[in-house]
Amino acid sequence: MTLREINLSTTPTPEAIAELRLGDIVYLTGLMYTAREGVYMRALEDRANIPMDLPSQSAANFHCSPAARINPDGSFDMGAVTATASFRFAKWLPEWMAKTGARLIVGKGGMTSKDYKDYFVPNGAVYLSTVGYGTGALLGRGVENVEAVHWNEELGLAQAMWVIRCNRMGPFIVASDLNGDCLFERENAKIAENIARVYEGTKPAVLKRYGESDDRSDEVI
Amino acid sequence: MIPISLIQSTAETLMDKAAIEIPQDYLDGLQHAAKTEDGDLSSFVLKAMLDNYQAAKEDRRAMCGDTGVPRWFVKLGNAARVEGGMVALETALRRATANATNGVPLRPNRVHPLWRTDHDNNVGIGAPEIEYGFEPDGAWIDLITVHKGGLFGTDYRMLFPSDGVQGIKRFYLDSLMAFGKRGLACQPAIIGIGLGGSKDACMALGKRASTLRIVGSRNTDPRIAEMEDEFKELGNSIGMGAMGFVGKNMVIDCNIEVGYCHTGGMPMSVHAFCLSSRRAVARIHADGRVEHRTDPNWFTPYQRRETVDWAPQQEAAE
Repeated sequence: MTLREINLSTTPTPEAIAELRLGDIVYLTGLMYTAREGVYMRALEDRANIPMDLPSQSAANFHCSPAARINPDGSFDMGAVTATASFRFAKWLPEWMAKTGARLIVGKGGMTSKDYKDYFVPNGAVYLSTVGYGTGALLGRGVENVEAVHWNEELGLAQAMWVIRCNRMGPFIVASDLNGDCLFERENAKIAENIARVYEGTKPAVLKRYGESDDRSDEVI
Repeated sequence: MIPISLIQSTAETLMDKAAIEIPQDYLDGLQHAAKTEDGDLSSFVLKAMLDNYQAAKEDRRAMCGDTGVPRWFVKLGNAARVEGGMVALETALRRATANATNGVPLRPNRVHPLWRTDHDNNVGIGAPEIEYGFEPDGAWIDLITVHKGGLFGTDYRMLFPSDGVQGIKRFYLDSLMAFGKRGLACQPAIIGIGLGGSKDACMALGKRASTLRIVGSRNTDPRIAEMEDEFKELGNSIGMGAMGFVGKNMVIDCNIEVGYCHTGGMPMSVHAFCLSSRRAVARIHADGRVEHRTDPNWFTPYQRRETVDWAPQQEAAE
């Protein structure tokens, strides 16, 4: 099977989002901002004013902190760009989406299909996963310009809100769709068929641990 | 006497090389994986990673935006002497870490665990970690930097002799299953297994097995070497590949290191080095020569010694 390649705006139309299928390869053009726990806490818990016009400037939230520096003259150097695992942000995402109109959540590893059905689909949003992880240098090449960095003094460079102008940045993989289906869960289900075979002959450890899951077809996120 | 300025400048070069240049042994392993992979999505991922290594080298930019946690392993020949002593050496390594964070640039990942204070330079309390080893001969210093990624792919469990090899296999599979899904472990990776030691040493052994041994190396104990082959194959037979997509390549290599443990136990740790496998090594000789390489060659006969005394003739016989 050949994978479909799609160019997408960071302020995509509902039609463009509806077109996306699980496993499509996407390249993004337009403004994208980084926001992870630091930004979510500051904007949602401390109620700080978000320093951008969202979603008109950008509907793409990248779970990322880049390898970048701020030069003494105030200019930026951005090297590699890689995502961080998104499942930890489920606590803040519903409110963030409602507040900012984000339609593209870009990160590592995706969310659960329950997250997708509960608040991605109602908001007309999908999840794009980075590839690898991570293709930091390739994504870095897609940075046309660093437009701004917000809250770096309050949050540090890694948690700051970076505003990036992307020019065909990618590759990303479509990991959820408007049915709320999850690419990773689809793959897990295929792999689950092999679990009994690879575990054959092993037995549970003599010393048990209090555990949250003993089902190997389950996930730990 | 090795000049301290040479230690710092070499360390800065190593930070740069580790972040940008994929080690050849791992690249060969991944290229082989890319040839054998037939899952459509996992093949795409491996190809993108190979493109990424190329882009990093061409642009001299970091392979990955997540710098991991940069750290140092320092090995000294018994006759090595450092200008200013070991405190000066530690200062030089901390300074090199901070300078390279701004210079490459790398992501300033290191924060206080509670207050989340970020000095924006990857230096702080206990950061970067600096660990030491010694060798009986030589007046050289080996500087090894490893930028191991992070949050997933590593686990520890106290097993017992009655768990046997089947118990070891099961915990190994558990770690791959738990962290392989969605590609949280950034596989296919070099998987390191630590067996034995005390709990903390067990973690260190596994980490060193994944980061300080190269693809294709084998433990000098032939029965452990056999286990390494078997475990590599077992991991690759799960049916899971890059990013947790259906595929054949989960483990680029499996390295096992052991240490003597409590007679009643069999502690085990599992570590996944990532798709960027960032390590770089330089030997600084007493006369100021610097030789760069990517094989840490950490696990020498001396590091794995079992006896009370180290007999030099024993080394000659190896």
